[in-house]
Amino acid sequence: MTQAALRDPVLAQRLAGEILKMAARPVRLMEFCGGHTHAILRFGIRARLEPKVRLLSGPGCPVCVTATADIDAAIALAHLPGVAVATFGDMLRVPGSRSTLMQARAEGADVRVVYSALDALDLARRELQRQVVMLGIGFETTAPTVAATIREAAAEGVPNYTVFSLHKLTGPAMRAILDAGEVRLDGIIGPGHVTTITGTQAWEFLPEEYGISCAVAGFEPLDILRAVRSLVLAIAEGRPRVTNDYPRSVSREGNRVAQALMAEVFTVESALWRGLGRVPASGLAIGERYAAYDARRRFAEAFAGVLYDAPEPPGCCCGEVLRGVLEPTECPLFRRVCTPAHPVGPCMVSSEGACAAHYHYGGAL
Amino acid sequence: MKGGRILLGHGSGGTLGHELVRDLFLRHFQDPALARLEDASDISLADEAGRLEGQVVLTTDSYVVKPRFFPGGDIGRLAVCGTVNDLAMRGARPLYLTAGFILEEGLPLADLERAVRSMAEAAREAGVRIVAGDTKVVEHGGADGLFINTAGVGLVPPGVHIHGAGARPGDAILVSGAVGDHGLTIMTHREGLAFESTLESDCAPLNGLVEALLAAVGPALHTLRDPTRGGLATTLCEIAEQSGVGMVVDELSIPIHDAVRAASELLGLDPLYVANEGKLVAIVAGPYAEAALAAMRAHPLGREAALIGRVVSEHAGTVALRTLLGTHRILDMLAGEQLPRIC
Repeated sequence: MTQAALRDPVLAQRLAGEILKMAARPVRLMEFCGGHTHAILRFGIRARLEPKVRLLSGPGCPVCVTATADIDAAIALAHLPGVAVATFGDMLRVPGSRSTLMQARAEGADVRVVYSALDALDLARRELQRQVVMLGIGFETTAPTVAATIREAAAEGVPNYTVFSLHKLTGPAMRAILDAGEVRLDGIIGPGHVTTITGTQAWEFLPEEYGISCAVAGFEPLDILRAVRSLVLAIAEGRPRVTNDYPRSVSREGNRVAQALMAEVFTVESALWRGLGRVPASGLAIGERYAAYDARRRFAEAFAGVLYDAPEPPGCCCGEVLRGVLEPTECPLFRRVCTPAHPVGPCMVSSEGACAAHYHYGGAL
Repeated sequence: MKGGRILLGHGSGGTLGHELVRDLFLRHFQDPALARLEDASDISLADEAGRLEGQVVLTTDSYVVKPRFFPGGDIGRLAVCGTVNDLAMRGARPLYLTAGFILEEGLPLADLERAVRSMAEAAREAGVRIVAGDTKVVEHGGADGLFINTAGVGLVPPGVHIHGAGARPGDAILVSGAVGDHGLTIMTHREGLAFESTLESDCAPLNGLVEALLAAVGPALHTLRDPTRGGLATTLCEIAEQSGVGMVVDELSIPIHDAVRAASELLGLDPLYVANEGKLVAIVAGPYAEAALAAMRAHPLGREAALIGRVVSEHAGTVALRTLLGTHRILDMLAGEQLPRIC
């Protein structure tokens, strides 16, 4: 299927019409993934389906859910002499409690932007006199690549490569939102890239334990509209279920090789999420077998001064936005104080953040 | 020159520097005014009869692109095309360029020669002369290889008034071809992000295309802009703001190559915000839209030209984008920089 076919305006209109006809009552759906939030606003899907179908953005932005304290720790690492911190570009401008990685770089800290953990490992091989610390940010999508670099570094005996793993798991976050009961949801649009790794089986707890449906979607307009139709249909029939509306990439089992790689390198433990607080069994720490490649262990001194209960910036509603409790436009700082050029919270920084999506694509005439 | 590198001595004004000027710059640029090696060059803006008619325009731009060489162009070609295009966007005929080089000690001479040769080729293509130049060498680490500054002088013919505040309600918005090629090419070739693709920069001098447009529609051509940094979206916003008008643009009518679409989806980028170096946006009086479109399509650099929207009197200063679902959203300026996604 070509991209043009997945953007066919006639088919898109027909699907939108079907959805609105099928929805007997107004429904509230959450798209877990920030990539979906962007596509939904960019392609005008939200405006077309409102008010009958409300689409709420969820916590699926890896940069946004990174806790302030973890940013502080990354900055402390970057200030250690002889240490270079390698990071995805999106992290540079995320405010910690006092500074950002970009500010740290301007002050002389060694911060390098990479597009993949493989680039960070290459950097370590090239610059043996430096300790290269990769900031492991991301969900099940990026964690396998980072795991692969750790295994490769171990096999080769690369002495100067470590990972500060802040990887997080999507399922437990979804549970935390539903358990909190702050927001009523009729269905979940499942993340396409994450589910490519985990398989749709990872979402089966949603109908089984919570009685709500999940439809896994790709990122083209027709992908998303098909998933919304699946959800609206399941709601109308009163039969909660998981549907795979991204079959060209997603299977029930997922990517077994990637899953095995994650299991080999990481161990599951609790993790601190911005907005959700500490969520049990939602983080990936580096396991005993690869302890030598764990930046937390190698540079314990950098973590000594980090405050794990540092307050969020005053007025910032990123937490509420990540839980789907508030729309970005309901935040008092949105567009007035907080803009992509001068972000207060991470949701305005990241290219996957809900606030950035609303800022760029949410403007109605 | 083979195998050599730039030394601090190349910038000292001594023998090495003279050799560089003679064997590289003069040899490739081939200009009689430059070859006289005076402190300042004689140029004339008058026609053959000695008359100076029209408005003289002047512009300058610096080029620091990384990587220096990329599919479809290089820093040298960019340094000529960028400045030529800035002149052309005022409706001017580009006439003269100057070229200033900041070289980092250790730069391979072969890289410099390749860039200078491209500059000469692009200048010939655009029909401009490079008449003055300067070279400075900084210590290793003092710059990133090769920086080029060019300044350009052009002449706007009498009766031509093209400027950013010229768009009026009822005008048609045209783009000369597919957008996003240059920016995506650069981004995918930076930092080992290169993947198999047919992406190529569109870097080209646009003065010929502008001449064809002027010949076809004359004063009906109100505004020209080349959507470089910030891409098509930012350029449209700038024109709407400067002209105090609104715009309605149809997303489906904006030409974008499949390779650009695919690469931008993969990276999580929006091609409407990605730089172009060989495209222009033309705002033309409504009744002349078809004539302008036909003139562009008849030119090799405008084959994929398209009518993408209209200028309106409502929502002044704001560009509305009609999506494939028929809804409208505001098309904003680029804020910050576009970065590839993680998820």
